Amino acid sequence: MEPSTRDASASSSYSLIASDQYPDDFVLSDEEREAIEQEKGHFENPRAASIEALKIVQKRRGWVPDGAIYAISNVLGIPSSDVEGVATFYSLIFRQPVGRHVILICDSSSCFLTDYEQLRDAFTRELGIGFGQTTEDNRFTLLPVCCLGACDRGPALMIDEDLHGPVDPGDVASLLEQYA
Amino acid sequence: MATIHVDGKDYEVDGSDNLLHACLSLGLDIPYFCWHPAMGSVGACRQCAVKQYKDADDTRGTLVMSCMAPVKDDAYISIEDDEAKDFRASVIEWLMTNHPHDCPVCEEGGHCHLQDMTVMTGHDRRRYRFAKRTHRNQNLGPFIGHEMNRCITCYRCVRFYKDYAGGEDLGAFGAHENIYFGRTTDGTLENEFSGNLTEVCPTGVFTDQTHSEHYTRKWDMQFAPSICHGCSSGCNISPGERYGDVRRIENRYNGEVNHYFLCDRGRFGYGYVNRADRPRQPVMRVDSDDERRDELLDVGGALDHSAERLKKAQRVIGIGSPRASLESNHVLRELVGAEHFSTGIAQQEYENLQLMLEIQREGALPTPSMREIEDHDAVIVLGEDLMQTAARVALAVRQAANGRAQDLAAEIGIPAWNANAVNTLAQGRQYPVFLATLTETRMDDLARERFHGSAEEIARLGFAVAHALDDSAPAVEGLDEATQTLVSTIAEALMTAERPLIISGGSMGSREVIQAAANLARALRQRDRRGSLTLVSGEANSTGLAMLGGHSLDWALDSLGEGDAVVVLENDLYARADAERVDRALGAAECVVCADHQSTPTWLRADIGLPVATFAEGDGTLVSHEGRAQRFFQVYDPSYYRPNDLTHESWRWLHALHTTMEARRVDWTQLDEVTEDCAEHHPQLAGIRDAAPSASFRIKGQKLAREPHRYSGRTAMRANISVSEPRAPQDADSAFTFSMEGYNGYAEPRSQVAFAWAPGWNSPQAWNKFQDEVGGHLTGSDPGNRLFEPEPDNRLEYFTAVPGRFEQRDDAWRVARLPHLFGSDEMSARAEPIQQRMSAPYVALSEGDARRLGVDVGTELTFTIGSHRLTLPLRISSELRDGVLGVPALPTMPAAVNHEWAHLGEETKA
Repeated sequence: MEPSTRDASASSSYSLIASDQYPDDFVLSDEEREAIEQEKGHFENPRAASIEALKIVQKRRGWVPDGAIYAISNVLGIPSSDVEGVATFYSLIFRQPVGRHVILICDSSSCFLTDYEQLRDAFTRELGIGFGQTTEDNRFTLLPVCCLGACDRGPALMIDEDLHGPVDPGDVASLLEQYA
Repeated sequence: MATIHVDGKDYEVDGSDNLLHACLSLGLDIPYFCWHPAMGSVGACRQCAVKQYKDADDTRGTLVMSCMAPVKDDAYISIEDDEAKDFRASVIEWLMTNHPHDCPVCEEGGHCHLQDMTVMTGHDRRRYRFAKRTHRNQNLGPFIGHEMNRCITCYRCVRFYKDYAGGEDLGAFGAHENIYFGRTTDGTLENEFSGNLTEVCPTGVFTDQTHSEHYTRKWDMQFAPSICHGCSSGCNISPGERYGDVRRIENRYNGEVNHYFLCDRGRFGYGYVNRADRPRQPVMRVDSDDERRDELLDVGGALDHSAERLKKAQRVIGIGSPRASLESNHVLRELVGAEHFSTGIAQQEYENLQLMLEIQREGALPTPSMREIEDHDAVIVLGEDLMQTAARVALAVRQAANGRAQDLAAEIGIPAWNANAVNTLAQGRQYPVFLATLTETRMDDLARERFHGSAEEIARLGFAVAHALDDSAPAVEGLDEATQTLVSTIAEALMTAERPLIISGGSMGSREVIQAAANLARALRQRDRRGSLTLVSGEANSTGLAMLGGHSLDWALDSLGEGDAVVVLENDLYARADAERVDRALGAAECVVCADHQSTPTWLRADIGLPVATFAEGDGTLVSHEGRAQRFFQVYDPSYYRPNDLTHESWRWLHALHTTMEARRVDWTQLDEVTEDCAEHHPQLAGIRDAAPSASFRIKGQKLAREPHRYSGRTAMRANISVSEPRAPQDADSAFTFSMEGYNGYAEPRSQVAFAWAPGWNSPQAWNKFQDEVGGHLTGSDPGNRLFEPEPDNRLEYFTAVPGRFEQRDDAWRVARLPHLFGSDEMSARAEPIQQRMSAPYVALSEGDARRLGVDVGTELTFTIGSHRLTLPLRISSELRDGVLGVPALPTMPAAVNHEWAHLGEETKA
């Protein structure tokens, strides 16, 4: 079927050119929109603000829902395929819901040499989930990360904004207690 | 020039190329994926590695990606070096780790670049034993099939779709070994050139879904060099046929015209050829007992009945067609006499075509080829919505705008082929494109400035820019300040440019707009500027018909009277003039003979119908809007598969009819004789003789093969009709055989190539082998012959009839037809996949008018336009000016309504 002309209420101008209708079940908050507009102003090419825009949305919502891709592309005036390309390129832009706290366990060489595997197993045991999964109470999401730049503190990990390391597998439970 | 030493041999090559381009141009084989001659190098796939040595004494050398290595004079390289070969073998092995190896069920199989490169590299054993990554595919609409598992991540698709064609809805998602090429969600690919993905993709990720419906491998299809009949651009195509059906349209390389790319109307609009309701036998309508019934005739009966009826008539009027070949039109003209011949084109359009022809021959600036359009550094479009009327031209204009990137790069020594570096440097900077159109267009993103207005206003803008360039050009009074500023901006940009290009055409139906374009050209010339002028005509042979000459359709409709008979050639009069008027004219005639390949309203109305060939069943010559005469060749013989199929070329029918009427033998038994006669009678068309080689053309004593040499099943394909295999059809009209027998190689120069194939090169990349240099011209020169002189006479003075301001009325709206790529071409609109993409009928008003009337998008509005009454849902445009009613040029919409005044129906007012 021919897509209908873009909904007049969604945009102030009318066009004869039939284009994809963006889902309108997502609205950026004023705060988000302003922050993105401000980032956009920093660059000659609005594309350059894509990552920041995605981070702005993720900061407030924990992840980037589908609708945000279209909303960001509207604000930046670039195709949604470009925004989605950036969003899916970066593993730390979450395109699926995550728990309240995201645990990133470093699995690169230094941490590997300092018994990352035991640490990983401790988390898996403690939380009952594997990598890429979220606990049923929606409290934690467990993810691997390739390097946290904390090789001197291996095995290292990050929960939300906090870097921890070296972490003893035996301390996992008490560590998790800090994050409600 | 530079000398390079490749595996111990010395070659002269172009020093500005990269090594891959240079080596492929020499005919050397280096496997590659991400590189494409029209899109340059990005060095992504690592497949084209070769060994490069410091000098003659260096024995170790280093591996370089040949697509990213500039040619250096006295360079020593090796393609055959063991380390380079091993490297390439390992590259393809890991590219293939996730590939499903599903060639037997893959539609790319048999013309697959990945297959070719795999074989070339010698990768014939699979060692990867682990799970492959798999993807979910998307529904990309009626044209393109999607099978992401086959992807080897070369990025060609997005580079074509986004960077080259300006598409927005195809992207690359994900990272490392998990990359997905598709849309953000399922849905039809919006770009008008999406079909090229099927050729650009080196494997079977994007395939032609219209071909899927009746799939045949490339080696099992019969091809002929053909010309797209979708618009006046004259793109070269290679239709493939099996069992009497056209199965797909592939691009046919012409270095002067379309080179590697077609638009989607041209590629997917062929379905009308295969329609089940096509007339295949002559038919006569017999009145008996107040009933009109169809009587099928054989060839002799059809000729005898037609001749008898036409001879009885006092006068026979012939109505030709801009969608029929010059030869067919010429034969009709000979049949009825020049004084009774109408071109079948409506008066207004015909006058504009003549005007354009005059400007192209006697104006100030030359007409560029399609390829040359890409080489301009400022473009102004007056009135023509190119994406809808001549899409391939719009794609060429995009390359002109993007040419800025290469020129910026050249200034600091970055070669044009280094695509990523060039784009990074340019940051989207483009050469200026100015679009003056009725309303928004699908190429607005290219425009530096846009101007939307009525035909008068666009013409006034053009006249004013001409005056700004040259004082002696007529001035325009009473322009508002904003327009005046725009005029200065455009004039300055055109003066600054090295090679400005002016584009206009007939789709607005406005004489003044075309004249304004001519004035612009003259003004530039007066200021000693080089530049070009492109004038887009309507249909495949509109320019040819204007050159052939004749009366307009209106003349024919007005003159048909009692005692007259009329022969209508491949033309549905109801698509060009009001039904009442056509009914009246045909009703007045004693006899209506219609020669067509579609069951059109005119065909159904005719007393005798003659089934004629489409481009797929016959040959002929067309003249594109750039004045290029090009021959299309018959693809297959329909009677071979359908013994009762009495389809013949129109010129054959009409010549036979002519000689039957005169009770003499036929003069012409082959196309060349008709072409020759047409050229002799019309000196302006003398050049059509050289549009293609004659039927006696041979290479090494052989005719040229229409079928690949692996063509299979020939002895069995007719077994359902008869087990005895008849002789293959013989082709007297061309140098091609309906067979795999004949020359199909590339070593001998030739310009007419039915299908591109070379040993080891089954994909469209095989065109490399047929070109003087890769991406250049065909070795036997590009097909076609330009009928216009390279430099026009510059005799035309300035046009002085500057139109007045648009007089907006309170009680009426001026009608403007809005062309649609999918729907405005009569034939492709009969093809099913195009119909799926056609807009539903609508009427369009400006935002201001809609507000004034208190109506919204989708409101059903009734308008009367002359005798027409339209009740259609409203679409609103913020770009359309007040006082104009946009009416789409779609099959069900009235044709001759441009510039009429539309009145709001009473019930809507209430």
